[in-house]
Amino acid sequence: MSRLPFYLIVAFLLVAGVALSIHRHVQFEVPWTPGEQRQVWEIEAQVNFTADGGSAKVNMALPSSQQGYRILTEHTASPGYGLAFLEENGGRRAEWSTREATGDQQLYYSVQALVAPESKSPEIEPPPLRRDIVWETPYDTAASQVIERAWSRSSDPYTFARELITDFTEERQGENARLLLTQFDRTPLLVRLLNQAGVPAREVSGLLLDHGRRRQSLTPWIQVFDEQEWALFDPRTGTRGRPDNLLLWESAGQAVLEVQGGSDSRVGFSMLSRNQPAAAAVRSQLADDTLLNFSIHSLPLEDQALFQTILLIPIGALMVVILRVLVGIKTSGTFMPVLIALAFIQTTLVTGLVGFLLVVAVGLVIRNYLSYLNLLLVARVTAVIITVIAIISVFSVLSYRFGLNAGLTITFFPMIILSWTIERMSILWEEEGPKQVLIQGGGSLITAVLAYLAMNNPWVRHITFNFLGVQLILMALILLLGNYTGYRLLELRRFKPVTED
Amino acid sequence: MWTTPARLHAKGIIGMNRRNIRYIGRYNNRRLYPLVDDKLKTKLLAQEYGITTPALIGTVTTQFGVKHILAMLVGHQGFVIKPAKGSGGKGILVIERIDGDRYVKPSGAQLTLGDVERHVSNILSGLYSLGGSPDVALIEALINFDESFSEYTYEGVPDIRVIVFKGYPVMAMMRLSTAASDGKANLHQGAVGVGIDIASGTAIRGVQFDRRRHDHPDTGHELASLRISDWATLLRLAAGCFEMTGLGYLGTDMVLDRDHGPMLLELNARPGLAIQMANGEGLRSRLDLIERQPEGVAPEERVVFSQHHFARSSELLETA
Repeated sequence: MSRLPFYLIVAFLLVAGVALSIHRHVQFEVPWTPGEQRQVWEIEAQVNFTADGGSAKVNMALPSSQQGYRILTEHTASPGYGLAFLEENGGRRAEWSTREATGDQQLYYSVQALVAPESKSPEIEPPPLRRDIVWETPYDTAASQVIERAWSRSSDPYTFARELITDFTEERQGENARLLLTQFDRTPLLVRLLNQAGVPAREVSGLLLDHGRRRQSLTPWIQVFDEQEWALFDPRTGTRGRPDNLLLWESAGQAVLEVQGGSDSRVGFSMLSRNQPAAAAVRSQLADDTLLNFSIHSLPLEDQALFQTILLIPIGALMVVILRVLVGIKTSGTFMPVLIALAFIQTTLVTGLVGFLLVVAVGLVIRNYLSYLNLLLVARVTAVIITVIAIISVFSVLSYRFGLNAGLTITFFPMIILSWTIERMSILWEEEGPKQVLIQGGGSLITAVLAYLAMNNPWVRHITFNFLGVQLILMALILLLGNYTGYRLLELRRFKPVTED
Repeated sequence: MWTTPARLHAKGIIGMNRRNIRYIGRYNNRRLYPLVDDKLKTKLLAQEYGITTPALIGTVTTQFGVKHILAMLVGHQGFVIKPAKGSGGKGILVIERIDGDRYVKPSGAQLTLGDVERHVSNILSGLYSLGGSPDVALIEALINFDESFSEYTYEGVPDIRVIVFKGYPVMAMMRLSTAASDGKANLHQGAVGVGIDIASGTAIRGVQFDRRRHDHPDTGHELASLRISDWATLLRLAAGCFEMTGLGYLGTDMVLDRDHGPMLLELNARPGLAIQMANGEGLRSRLDLIERQPEGVAPEERVVFSQHHFARSSELLETA
């Protein structure tokens, strides 16, 4: 029988698991460790305008995920307005509308942006060159002279843009520049000159992030294209490059804010920066789930909490497999230790151990009496279940009376499993003596404690919850362990006498 | 305290994982397990194949039937109650003789009819069966074991475990109950395991609690002179269990009855590995040799093959 299909399946699971995990790490910046802190900016835009009294429509540009930043969640507060998010000319926009608005109007939009140095900006098509630029005299001569001067001192679109912009800075302003500035605003003028020289460029608006600032406004920037690449230039200084704290709010060359049916409109920004654990930052990712980024995070929060536990069970089961197949520890009930370990997660280890031993010890004594009553098995186990519930109730009340609140968590123990454990231990005691009870009971407890330590590890919790691909890797590992024909650790001791001759 | 995997490998010792995957998983079809996991089925099948088993007094299948065991036991001196689906000797109650309304165990402990009925009732509700499923109780005649072994055992009946691989007997041991094992024949409970030479049926080596022994701890009788009569018949019966069950890796538990000779007590589709300790030898080289043999050899020829290839001289004599 060929084992090839088996190894192919294992290899496939491993590759798929690793690929899925890396995809999640790269695509969604889910970090490998839970301790990592991520900086998140909370930015609020407040739109103010005076409504004319009739219907009103407000159209505002919205930021998208871009180089250095990833947009997490966004919220709006705009009572009485209908709201739609639109994609227009390569930019995201929000459109508020209402039939009737009078007086001062305030609309709020808030967004969470995660600082993500690995985030890449999406591919942008360069804007079409505007060929229809017409200058009136005497500006036409001034314009062509300015272009001529910068052109001669440059070699490519970027150096040209730099030279052109520096010619308009305060200290180097020539006559031509001054003349042009009397008629045009600086940034549109620069874009116009660049376009005239055959360099695709457009004006974009960015927000300089600074912790705790309020009533900030957007600053204009010039995006200059060289084939498919682009660079940002500061129209005030000619400096090339994007400052780290610049969030591009509008990057499609459109107006930031358009208001119909109102006047005196303006938009102000306030911002806060927070550090939060990476896991929390991940949780608030926009739920744009496709099949590939299939994620637990798209579920409601309550179900996520449930899944956090469910996804840990394979880790506990893996511990059981390792301890049984590689070490050779005997347990009472194959996966009973995993359930006990799950209870330990709720109770904490010491309380859980003490509680477990108390319940099982008292249960064994009572079960011993039950065996004299000569009952049918199912009835006897049921009697043990009721006994276990009674023991747990008594311990809870007692510990509460003595002020030990930890004792209350004892109710997290799986009672039916405990009852079967007691039943099995009791039979084991009668048939094989207390030594076997100690061996199997001790083995179960050791396995439960190790499974607990594995499942309660913050890193393990983080990995299993955030990387579903890990489940495939676990599956592959367990398949491999299921194929292990070597000796168990404890067999090295068991068979030692044979090797001594 | 510990040895190394390399040394175990050199000795040809088989571990649990290897046994499970390489032999049980490969040669024992799960579909056939019920034949050996249910002692009643084994018994009926054995009768069909002419393999001797202890006489069946009766079966109890319902809780209602528990009240009728007394009638069933009329005329029998001693008897054994077993769960049909029990494992590892669990739930087996041996009553040596009936003394008025007292039921005497080999240890001398006395039970009432109520105790016996409760035991049967426990068996029926599945206390001893795999997975706790409802079970059937078998009541069998007591085995009159060969007096020649009385020096080698304490209370219980010594049984002989033969590992049969693809129909070839590959290794054998005798299990002698002791005071430490409370009359039970389980090695981990303190019974003495005696490796038996496949060729001659004589003792090779004795082990108790993983340590070597040359005598029985309770009777003090030395093990070197232990010799199983009718050895070839016993091997022939054990080898025939392959045709009977179709299981390739099989543990057969045999007993020697004074009147009826070798008998099949029960079969085990997952025989333990302690037999390697009792023989002081790993199973691996023997299993490898058998795997190279062609299929379809008659049981008699297989026994002859095994007796020829697995002959060993006793370790007890040279040191005694």
